[in-house]
Amino acid sequence: MNDATVVETKEIYDKGIEEGAAKLTPEKIKQVYTQMMNAEAGARLKTYVENCVSCGLCSEACHFYLSYDKDPRFSPAGKVRQTMATLMKKKGAVSVETMKKISEIASTECNLCKRCAQYCPFGLDVAFVMLFVRRLCHKLGISPHYIQDTAHSHSVTGNQMWVKSDEWIDSLQWQEEEAQDEIENLRIPVEKEGAEIFYSVIGPEPKFRAQLIYQAAVIFNAAGLNWTMPATPGWDNSDMAMFTGDHEIMARIKRMHFETAMRLKVKRIVMGECGHAFRSVYDMGNRALAWRMPPVEVTHSIEFFYELLRDGKIKIPEKYKPTVTVHDPCNVVRGRGLHEMLRYVVHATCENVVEMHPNREHNICCAAGGGVINCGPPWKMKRVNGNKIKANQLFETKSRGAETCVAPCHNCHGGLEDIIHHNEIGMDLKFLGDIIYEVMEKPERV
Amino acid sequence: MDMSNNWNWNTGKRIIAEFGKWEDNFDWVEEPYVSPDGDKIAAVVKTGEMEFSVCVNGSAWENTFDKVWYTRFAPDGRLTAIVSDTGAWTLAIDGTAWEETFDYIWDTRFTPDGQTIVCAAQQGMRYLLVKNGAPWGESVFANIGHTAVSPDGSRLAAVVQTEEFSEGDIFKFQEGCYSVAVNGHVWDRNFVNAWETSFSANNQHVATEVRLSLYDYTIAVDGQTWNATYPSVWKPVFNPRDTTVTAPVKSAGAWILACDGQPLWTRKYAQLWHHMYSPDGSKIAAIAAPKFGRWTMAIDDQPWSATFGDFVDEAVFSPDGQRLACIGVENKQHRIVVDGQTWADGFDMAWQPVFSPDSQHVAARVEKDGQFSIVVDGQPLKEAFNRVWDPVFSPDSRHIMVRALEGQGTDAVYTRAVIPLTEILG
Repeated sequence: MNDATVVETKEIYDKGIEEGAAKLTPEKIKQVYTQMMNAEAGARLKTYVENCVSCGLCSEACHFYLSYDKDPRFSPAGKVRQTMATLMKKKGAVSVETMKKISEIASTECNLCKRCAQYCPFGLDVAFVMLFVRRLCHKLGISPHYIQDTAHSHSVTGNQMWVKSDEWIDSLQWQEEEAQDEIENLRIPVEKEGAEIFYSVIGPEPKFRAQLIYQAAVIFNAAGLNWTMPATPGWDNSDMAMFTGDHEIMARIKRMHFETAMRLKVKRIVMGECGHAFRSVYDMGNRALAWRMPPVEVTHSIEFFYELLRDGKIKIPEKYKPTVTVHDPCNVVRGRGLHEMLRYVVHATCENVVEMHPNREHNICCAAGGGVINCGPPWKMKRVNGNKIKANQLFETKSRGAETCVAPCHNCHGGLEDIIHHNEIGMDLKFLGDIIYEVMEKPERV
Repeated sequence: MDMSNNWNWNTGKRIIAEFGKWEDNFDWVEEPYVSPDGDKIAAVVKTGEMEFSVCVNGSAWENTFDKVWYTRFAPDGRLTAIVSDTGAWTLAIDGTAWEETFDYIWDTRFTPDGQTIVCAAQQGMRYLLVKNGAPWGESVFANIGHTAVSPDGSRLAAVVQTEEFSEGDIFKFQEGCYSVAVNGHVWDRNFVNAWETSFSANNQHVATEVRLSLYDYTIAVDGQTWNATYPSVWKPVFNPRDTTVTAPVKSAGAWILACDGQPLWTRKYAQLWHHMYSPDGSKIAAIAAPKFGRWTMAIDDQPWSATFGDFVDEAVFSPDGQRLACIGVENKQHRIVVDGQTWADGFDMAWQPVFSPDSQHVAARVEKDGQFSIVVDGQPLKEAFNRVWDPVFSPDSRHIMVRALEGQGTDAVYTRAVIPLTEILG
């Protein structure tokens, strides 16, 4: 029995699923299922579930399937069969135990990365199906514990890390002061109405990765840009409610985000290096509010850095020396097509780049996205073991000299960090902002 | 509250300050703010190593601070800024700091007459509101947000965390750990969430959007919830004529306007928010999406025919309640829309339209190609500026005040001009 099988068969206790399920009855499941099918399920869901011909082409696209010894239970079609197809076949008449397993599959075995949809001859979108299942689990109160807590944080604070309003502003002022030790008179402009750019970040930045705000400030200032950050909730672009299926909170926090941009009268939102947040602002959150596209232009950091380098707004006197490889985040590559801009930025700032394969829109997911890493410690090893294929990719690039992996996405960072550590790959992990900050020309302190 | 009767409305332009020269005197000059009467311009300045102040018309406040931010003029013309001295935070008004200090303060708010100034504050990781320098009472909470101030400033409301729970305690959270405190007194009921809050015109009542469980939303008025629950709701507002409460609510997959828990509007919208009453309470307008991806204003449930693809924002009723203006944005082009009619010119940015006191004219601050100007009834001023603030009409509606930064760099001057409308409109 290999590791993968051990992890897969081991009971994992998740307080959110277990204690939620303790309050469930089969009758309640059927009732909520029926309500949802009547109110929210359309032809799209039926099409995706009922038109699968079990050709298996999606299987080879899934990192979980590939990493768990090609166990068909981990194939995208297998996951649909065990979840939505089962529910539809039984018209919601499933046991509580089955529903627990359905929640586990939808929330911890699918990253919603849409790689499988790319290989499906009919274009069936398994991520869409899994999101529907997650929403059903939300309505039943059996979402995984950690991500549910994150959705609660969003509902109260507008951010995913329970960061209170004073803590947020204080973090910005602290980072400004820190940065002034390096660059005199560097400013992080707070609440500057009429600035060109609102720089938006995700909750973990003020909480755990404050240096990213510092680095961004240095980059904005060196490029001479007119930018600002808000002092109000709405500063966080992230959205775990999107991944628990709590569409109402997703909509609420996205409204907060866009209305912050409108209030500040900015021309565009530049967002930090986050993939899922881009999905929320560019696709799901805005559309839940009836905006066909983001009401205020949104530029992901990859595109933003590309613009700065292309236009010569920041100078790179000497490139980053260690050989790097590039991880393509699903939400901004398959979701937005930023892979060539990513390569432009990496090549403009790094001496040596080796590609991992497959890459660009055919990339393999980090296994952290889609809210999977946000399901927390109970599911960590299942997730890490579910991406041996990525570990192999990283090892392979290391054999060709890669010392650093560039991953312009927070969740990818978290996932890759775990993979690198668990598999003892011995590779540095960096954001684009880390590298640009390191190699760019900075004004010298007087 | 309109205080413009006491301002100087003599026609002509005056240079108030040579703003561009401030950089000769200070290491650091932040973006400026101007007083409602146009007679002052102010900006945060750095006066020494880790020493900041606020410069007004060229002279810095005598007092300096470790940090100064959020410089804002109150409606009565007093200048406020949040300041820190050796880690103790407070508000300074015209250079004089409140005596009471806190571990942090933020979110400065004013009543329309400017007489009441409110901030949120944190002291020892406990949260409260502060009014005119004094805590709102003994009550402190684990968190605070969504501050509301009654029109006369006598009452303050905020959403507060009433129950302690650890991060990760999802079941305790779902029992309801939040409520609304009015002048520090908490409603006798907790909610899973409470969000935006409104006061009635008579200052006596408070309404809030609340979530009763993860799935049931409704409106609470003075702690009592509507009988109906919804999949979602937005901010409630009191009718200024009485104490009925209206709120956009989601029902059967679409948005409608409800009053006291009953449907008020019959039309269904893909989105409906920012509803507002005309000053006399006879009309209700709201930003609405009659269909997915198209935005307009709806008045008494009748949407305008002009719709916009990006968004609609900044709606405002005329003083007589007979007219409505807003900004409509399509393909990033901001247009002023008045009574459903779109002005011809599009702009890179536009600010909230301003009605004249007689409700006959509309003016707005706009930006195009990096230049700012004022447009009155669709006619742009001849001049464009480096920066301009919202236009102000004279009490007799015959003149308009233009507050602007003219010139670039060290040549920039702040000017205050009073222009007869006939000069613009012919």
